[in-house]
Amino acid sequence: MLQELGLVYALLGAALSALLAGCGSAIGVGIAGQAASGVVTEDPSKFAKVLLLQLLPGTQGIYGLLVGFITLSGIGVLGGDPKEVTVKTGLLILAACLPIGVVGLISGRAQGQTSAAAIGIVAKKPDQFGKAMLFPAMVETYAILALLISILAVTAVLPK
Amino acid sequence: MSETYAYAVARVRALEVGLLTNALIDQLIACRDYPASIQFLTEKGWGDSDTPLEAEAILGREEEKIWEVVKELAVDKEYFKVLSYPKLFHNLKAAIKEICTEEKHPHLFYDDAEIPGDTMLELIREKEFFKLPAVMQKCAQEAFETLLHTRDGQLCDIIIDRAALDAVYEAGKSSNEKIIKDYAESVVAVADIRIAVRAAKTGKTLDFLKRALAPCESISVDALAKAAGSGVDSLREYLSGTAYAEGAQALMVSPSAFERWCDNRVIETIKPQKYQSFTIGPVIAYVIARQNEIKTVRIVLSGKQNMLSEESIRERVREMYV
Repeated sequence: MLQELGLVYALLGAALSALLAGCGSAIGVGIAGQAASGVVTEDPSKFAKVLLLQLLPGTQGIYGLLVGFITLSGIGVLGGDPKEVTVKTGLLILAACLPIGVVGLISGRAQGQTSAAAIGIVAKKPDQFGKAMLFPAMVETYAILALLISILAVTAVLPK
Repeated sequence: MSETYAYAVARVRALEVGLLTNALIDQLIACRDYPASIQFLTEKGWGDSDTPLEAEAILGREEEKIWEVVKELAVDKEYFKVLSYPKLFHNLKAAIKEICTEEKHPHLFYDDAEIPGDTMLELIREKEFFKLPAVMQKCAQEAFETLLHTRDGQLCDIIIDRAALDAVYEAGKSSNEKIIKDYAESVVAVADIRIAVRAAKTGKTLDFLKRALAPCESISVDALAKAAGSGVDSLREYLSGTAYAEGAQALMVSPSAFERWCDNRVIETIKPQKYQSFTIGPVIAYVIARQNEIKTVRIVLSGKQNMLSEESIRERVREMYV
C-alpha cells in the first residue's frame, strides 16, 4: 500500500506540472487572444504580428507537459511497467514538479496580460513590433528558470 | 486585474490610429477653402460613400459611427451616462422653451439623445415630469413653471444647466471607474469657471452665481462666486491659485483662447487612458476623443464657411487626444 502511495505522489506531481502550467497558458493565450481579436477586427493586416504575441504565453503549458512527460517516463508509467517508488521518492518528485506548475500558472496569466498590452503597441505602432515582443518575452525568463529547476530536480530524484 | 475589456481596449487602440492628430488638423486648416476641407475629410474616411458632401451630414455620420462602435464592443451603456446628459438636458431645455413660448424649432433637438425631441415635447406638453429620468424630474418642473410664470428664459436656462452639471457630477461620484470620476470633476469645474467668467464680464450678482455654479471637489464654489462677483481680475487671481491656473492665463489671451483651454482641460483629464490596457477607461476616452474631434472639425469647417483666416481658426481649434 505504501509503495503505491509513492507512485500516487509521483503521478500527482506529473499531473500538477501539466495541469497548473497548462491552465496558466490557457488563461494567458485567452487574454492575449481577446486583444488580438480586437486589433484584427479593425486591421486584419496585423494578424501575423498579433498571432505571434498571442502564442507567447502558450510555452508554459509546453514546459509543464515536458516535466510531466519526464516524470511519467522516469517512473515507468509510460512504458506500462511502473517502477517501485517509495513514499519519500514520490514526495520528492511531487516537490520537484511544483516549480513549473506554480510558476507556469502565474507567469502564463501575467504573460497573457503583458502580451495584450503589447498587442496594443502593435495596433498603434506596428513598426515597434520588435520592442513590443520583448515585454512579454521578459516574463518567459521566470518560466524557463522554473522549468530548469523542475527538470534538474525531477531527474535527480527519479528512481534509477 | 480584470481582463474583461481586453478585446474592447485593443480594438480601440486600433481605432485610435484613425483619429485626427494635431498635424492633420493643421492640414485641414491649411485647406484652400470649404470644399477642399470637405474633400480632405472624405479622403480620411469621414462620412460614408453615400453621405452628402456637407459638413453637418458628415459630422452627423461620424457621431453615429462612435455609437456603432460602442454597440459592437458590447460595453454597458451605463458607463456612458455621464456623456449623455448634456444632450438629454439640452432637449429638455429646448422642449420647455418650445412649449412655453409656442414657437416651433424642430432642428434644435438632438435625435440621438436618450429622450429624442418628439418624446420630450410630448412629456413636457402633458406635464408628465414623472416619466423623465429621476435626475431631471425636479428641475424640469421648476424650469417649466418658472418660464411659464416669469417668462425669464435665462433663469430657466440656469435651472436646467445647474441640474445637468449636478447630474454629471453625481454620475461621476457614484461610478467606480476613475476616468468617469475624473471626467465628471473636470467637466463640472471647467463649466463652473466658464459660468464665472461670463458672469464676471456681464456683472451678474452673487445670488445668480451661487444658483448657477455646481459644487465640486477641485474648486470652491463660494470662493469662485465671490471672485467672479468682484470682476474678471479677481477671478483670474483666484484661478491662479487653483489647479486651473492655466485657465487664468488663457483668460488673459482672448475669449476664444479661454474657450479652447476649457475643452483642452477636459481632454488632458482623459489622456492617461492612452496607457491603460484592461479597464473601460480607454473606451470612454475614445468616445470623448471622437466627440472632441468632431467638435474641432466643426469649428474648422465653420471657420472655412465664414472665410475666417487660418490664424483665427487655429486659435479656436482644440487639442487632440492622440
